[in-house]
Amino acid sequence: MKTQDLTKTTHPVIRFLINNAVPILFIVLVAFAIPLSGFSGEYLFREMVTRVSRNSFLVLSLLIPVIAGMGMNFGIVLGAMAGEIGLIFITDWEIVGMPGLLLAMIISTPIAALLGYFAGKILNKAKGREMATGLMLGFFMNGVYQLVVLYSMGKIIPIGNNNILLPRGFGIRNAINLEGVRQVLDNLLSFDIFGIGIPIANFIAIGLLCLFIVWFRRTKLGQDMRTVGQSMEVARASGIDVEKTRLISIVISTILACYGQIIFLQNIGTMNTYNSHEQVGTFAIAALLIGGASVARATIPNVFVGVILFHMVFVVSPRAGKELIGQAQLGEHFRVFVSYGIIAISLALYAWRKQMEKQNLRRQAQAINREALKIQQGSTIGGKES
Amino acid sequence: MKPDNYILKLENISKDFYGNKVLHNVNLTIKPGEIVGLVGENGAGKSTLMNILFGLTVIHETGGYEGKIIFDGEEVNFATPFDAIEAGIGMVHQEFVLIPGFTAMENILLNREPTRYNVVAEVFGDRLMLLDRKEMRRRAVEAIQALEVDLDEEMVVTEMPVGHRQFTEIAREIDRKSTKLLILDEPTAVLTESEADVVMKAIRKLADKGMAVIFISHRLQEIMDTCDKIVVLRDGVIQEEMAPGETNPRKIAQVMVGRELARKISEDTKMREFKDTILEVNTLWVDMPGEQVNGISFKVKRGEIFGVGGLTGQGKLGIANGIMGLYPAEGTVIFNGQRIPLNSPDKVLRVGMAFVSEDRRGVGLLLDQSLNWNIAFTAMQIKENFIKSILGGLIKWRDDKAISKVSREYIQQLQIKCIDENQLACELSGGNQQKICMAKAFALKPDLMFVSEPTRGIDVGAKSLVLDTLRRYNEEYGTTIVITSSELEELRSISDRIAIINEGQIADILPPTAEAVEFGLLMLGNTSETKKVVQNG
Repeated sequence: MKTQDLTKTTHPVIRFLINNAVPILFIVLVAFAIPLSGFSGEYLFREMVTRVSRNSFLVLSLLIPVIAGMGMNFGIVLGAMAGEIGLIFITDWEIVGMPGLLLAMIISTPIAALLGYFAGKILNKAKGREMATGLMLGFFMNGVYQLVVLYSMGKIIPIGNNNILLPRGFGIRNAINLEGVRQVLDNLLSFDIFGIGIPIANFIAIGLLCLFIVWFRRTKLGQDMRTVGQSMEVARASGIDVEKTRLISIVISTILACYGQIIFLQNIGTMNTYNSHEQVGTFAIAALLIGGASVARATIPNVFVGVILFHMVFVVSPRAGKELIGQAQLGEHFRVFVSYGIIAISLALYAWRKQMEKQNLRRQAQAINREALKIQQGSTIGGKES
Repeated sequence: MKPDNYILKLENISKDFYGNKVLHNVNLTIKPGEIVGLVGENGAGKSTLMNILFGLTVIHETGGYEGKIIFDGEEVNFATPFDAIEAGIGMVHQEFVLIPGFTAMENILLNREPTRYNVVAEVFGDRLMLLDRKEMRRRAVEAIQALEVDLDEEMVVTEMPVGHRQFTEIAREIDRKSTKLLILDEPTAVLTESEADVVMKAIRKLADKGMAVIFISHRLQEIMDTCDKIVVLRDGVIQEEMAPGETNPRKIAQVMVGRELARKISEDTKMREFKDTILEVNTLWVDMPGEQVNGISFKVKRGEIFGVGGLTGQGKLGIANGIMGLYPAEGTVIFNGQRIPLNSPDKVLRVGMAFVSEDRRGVGLLLDQSLNWNIAFTAMQIKENFIKSILGGLIKWRDDKAISKVSREYIQQLQIKCIDENQLACELSGGNQQKICMAKAFALKPDLMFVSEPTRGIDVGAKSLVLDTLRRYNEEYGTTIVITSSELEELRSISDRIAIINEGQIADILPPTAEAVEFGLLMLGNTSETKKVVQNG
């Protein structure tokens, strides 16, 4: 069988190419698109610094559920919503600067934890279908979010600031100006390299999160999550509380996503009350997958490679499309096509590889069996059949 | 040490599942350092006994058990396996319960990892303590050394040879310092002979250090070589306890299959003569999980009933499933002089073979459809029976009238108990469902029929009806039947020849008139003592 030989290949170079097919494909793509777009190196570097500092935290929040075997957590949309609610409150209370940002985090943490708990409970009832369930959960919570923000705020939940309330007196406006906290984290510790501002504080936060993830994997809880991620049955048989472990992983991920969204929005500076969170899940997951992660395995390097490649395509493809065909829209289409397409392809590829591995394992066992039998038959006179 | 010096004492253990008695007054004692070998056919009650001992929840869900278990001087009744582990019983299962991506070390200490204190744990609980990898390694190495085997504690399970996986499992039980009794359920089933040897030696060493061991195996030689005491279970009763020195494989097999007083099949079945070969199988390999077939060759004569027997997991079910294309297979299959492509259920059905699967509810039936459909479906698909062609075959209509007629015929002929042919298949009893499966195969008018476990899960009355139907069909239509069954008596009552499968190969082919003990020996993998009574071809 051809397919079997493919996964069996032991040549290190070919193996490397197969295992990293997705990032390699995107590197090639970007390599073609950059000269076409005509952007300068400096411009691209500046864009990448902004985008990596803006998005990495969100993408990193996806890692822990992958360890626990729950796949890509589309439920980070819930965390994003929690973060936005925190931002609405501090804007209402007009608390500005770093204190405002920190207060937004403090307010939204319990909301994110609660939503994460809720999501975890539901995902525990949908084992093996976490990703689709998480996606639907995001859509569902979007409705709840609208109910709260569009109807309750200003009515039940007191909001005094007329700048963010709709003219009718309740409900939040479509766009909120986050003037008070705009880029406060970015500018907290800024450092210029060749005239490009590097948001050091931002990168410190991302660095700390990376350290946390590395540390977390070495804890007992991290080990339990790895166990649960590989086999729920074995974990349960050895006395690990599988449901609780999975629940914790989702709660952590949701809270981190909430911080991630706050960092993201303080950089953007305005909040699209009803849309900002909508594609958080899809884009973060697409970035992680482009970085070479799979549903079962995602590492910190995957995050950074993925964020850089994904956003490089984002920045470069509209212009490249325009130069090539004369239509910027084509590039626009391409971005959406890429982010959804890559998720679908990665999932299909993962399922295929898993099946191949299973088959290979059995083939190996069979081969061993065959060898053993050959030895046995060799020792008897003439063999079995006449 | 306890006064009576027993680590485990079972007194009058009985257990029934919904009135069906599977264990009857079982008494068993084990001393520290003793290895007890447990032997028995499928359904003899071995697993039930071990499940009771290990506190599996299924036991309590089905009404608990009668009798007393005294472990380490105290009467116990474990509600969950964790209680049993706590008390000091370790169990190594037949399938590996290991985390594939973990190292041996991580698996040995699974969920018992030593940890180091840190400040975060003070706030968020003990689960945020860091793993103490040094201590983990020390304990893993200690457990491996106790086994006196060569196992790299840093090796990942997926890269290990199977033997090493077994060591890892055993080492895990040893690391629990409290383990006093180790239950090993077929620990050598998936190992090669040399690997099995090492495992057996390791077990012996553990016993020498004072561990009591219950050892379940179908490899008689292993049991004879290693155990201090051999206990034979049959039909839920301990038939005999013996010391390996006082017995031989033949005697064990005799006790295991028993039935010295079973009706004399030999006298009222006359040997039928068959001439030409209908099916020839050469070096068939089937990749069916748990029922691996390793290069089997045999021939089936036209018109005969060919029995296939053997213990569960030895590969007897893989043969029919492989030929019918339900699991990946390799080898050559020649049917009516024509080579049959493997891995293609459609083609196999088209040349005139049919299959009554052992998986009645999964493969056999469309549970939510009417009996009509169930009976006619395959024939419609394969032979285009019950189909009206309109416009020269451009449009094909289902001929419901013809389907109903045929269904009614089979319902009457096979005495299927149902309201009418429109009833849903899922509403019938097991025995009647089985008959529907057979009717479906009959509707194809096959030259050869594979029938797997036709009487599994159906009551005694229905059993003989099913077998009678098969025999009658065989006699009236000359249909060749290959019947696979775990029940030896059933095979002996219906077959012309019986092949016993052991470890994915044919141990031998015997006539039904051969002594029961001969079959027993073959099932246990002892070919050396038996003579070839019926040769292939």
